[in-house]
Amino acid sequence: MTQTTVTQTTVSQTTVSQTTTTTTGTELIRAEQVTVAYGVDPVIVDVDLTIESGDFVGIVGPSGSGKSTLLKALIGGISPRSGSVARRSNMTVGFVPQVEQIDWNFPVTVAECVGMARSSGWRTPWISKKERAEITEVLDRLGLHGLDSRHIRDLSGGQQQRVFLARALFTGAEIIFLDEPTSGLDVKTRHEVLHLLADLNDEGVTIVLTTHDLNGIATHLPTIVCLNKTVIGAGTPNDILVPDILERTYGSPMQILEHGGMRVVVDAGPHASVIPFDRPAAGQ
Amino acid sequence: MNWNDLTEPYGFEFFRNGVYVATMAGALCGLVGCYVVLRNMSYIGHGLSHAIFGGYAVAGLIGVNLFLGAGIWGVVTALAIGGIVRRRPIGSDAAIGVVTTASFALGIALVERYGSPGRSADALLFGNVLGVTPSDVWLVAGVSLAAVLFIGFAYRPLLFTTFDEQVARATGVKTGLVDTALMIVLAATVLATMNVMGVTLIAATLVVPAVVARMLTDSFSKMLAIATVIGAISGFGGMNLSYHHDLPSGSTIVLVGTGFFLLAYLGGGRLRSRAATVAHAH
Repeated sequence: MTQTTVTQTTVSQTTVSQTTTTTTGTELIRAEQVTVAYGVDPVIVDVDLTIESGDFVGIVGPSGSGKSTLLKALIGGISPRSGSVARRSNMTVGFVPQVEQIDWNFPVTVAECVGMARSSGWRTPWISKKERAEITEVLDRLGLHGLDSRHIRDLSGGQQQRVFLARALFTGAEIIFLDEPTSGLDVKTRHEVLHLLADLNDEGVTIVLTTHDLNGIATHLPTIVCLNKTVIGAGTPNDILVPDILERTYGSPMQILEHGGMRVVVDAGPHASVIPFDRPAAGQ
Repeated sequence: MNWNDLTEPYGFEFFRNGVYVATMAGALCGLVGCYVVLRNMSYIGHGLSHAIFGGYAVAGLIGVNLFLGAGIWGVVTALAIGGIVRRRPIGSDAAIGVVTTASFALGIALVERYGSPGRSADALLFGNVLGVTPSDVWLVAGVSLAAVLFIGFAYRPLLFTTFDEQVARATGVKTGLVDTALMIVLAATVLATMNVMGVTLIAATLVVPAVVARMLTDSFSKMLAIATVIGAISGFGGMNLSYHHDLPSGSTIVLVGTGFFLLAYLGGGRLRSRAATVAHAH
């Protein structure tokens, strides 16, 4: 697994983090001084990040911090205004979008959804017998046995998430990007998805995901990148889940608790207790 | 009505040509219309046909072959719509509204100022299936073949781009190329079909079969097949009905398609309620 050290230097009012990695994996993506803007104001500024094969990275940050934008910039879905993103050539990439961005009324069955991923080169319009067998294998592996002819809308939240993961796996992706993969999922399903990703990572698939869920997801990951327009810090949960980095990421004081050997982040700001527990109930 | 009555019009070449063209154009519009509907561009057919009218007027003015000029104008308009949608934060409906009405307005202004470049301006607006020539039959056949080949070769990238453009692009699909090629096929479809349906009714032939098919299936490949068949039946049935009941052919073709829509609407209640439930859940 990647060993990551973090060095930080303060330039004017902006803290720039640089991640220096010493790993056994090969470099897949290197983002250097990447700035992306949709309009006048940049969404992310001077981001440096290196992803290596075998990494399992979670990008965390508050809403509007640029997590999804960074993900798209790493993949090449959007071009940076300045800086560069170098990707290893011939790298097979899978992308699992946010469930909110999917048109659930689009007429595709589970098999069609997975099959469309193989779009490069000459392909028959129909899913071949060999591909059908491969799709069945991928679906079985992800616990979606027998659902290939169902419409994607007619699945549970966890199953829907896994269909799009299956689509990424069907391309033979070496690296899979997931944008908020556990958004809207219950605790049990969230853990199932997380375990599935860990299994894939154990098999050598590089995983990069975004999440706003610090305790449910981020603390379980081997590497966390804290983002708030720029990289505030990157490293293991023990390195990163510290009050200073979290406060600079979320703009609010955070307290770190230990529970069952894991770190738990709680809001420690003056607004932490919005509704006092000792407030009298209505009518009393 | 006996068999002889039904087959009587097939003794006329103009009717045979009309049936060939209406059936092929119906199938072609049904097939291409699926992509139009699923990309929320239902009014592009309506808009493009109006825009092509503008191209027709400009071609007449500058002395270019009317059909060629209108065709090039249609392709440029379709590409302009696609380009605007990709580069500016406005929806496809708004882009269609701006570009195509501007083109139509230009056509009207030029025709009013300099006169109609030919007698076929009315045919372009209202369709003239009975004036179909053998070359029209070959044109529709050629465009249909090209559309089928394109959709066959680019089936998966087209599906991926239509369903999830951003992810398709992110994972290596040349979505710009796919969109451009689809727009060219769409413009060619509208141009080839205009002689039959006319500017005013073409939107229905693109949209109705696809909408009916969508109500009947949740599978993309089945939607394409059903829409193609419904489009072909509407064209074939509409032409025959129009002859025997002395009705305008374009309108009858659209009304047959609307009949399919009503059947699917009334018979598809279970599908609709399920869709509504899920829409609420999301």
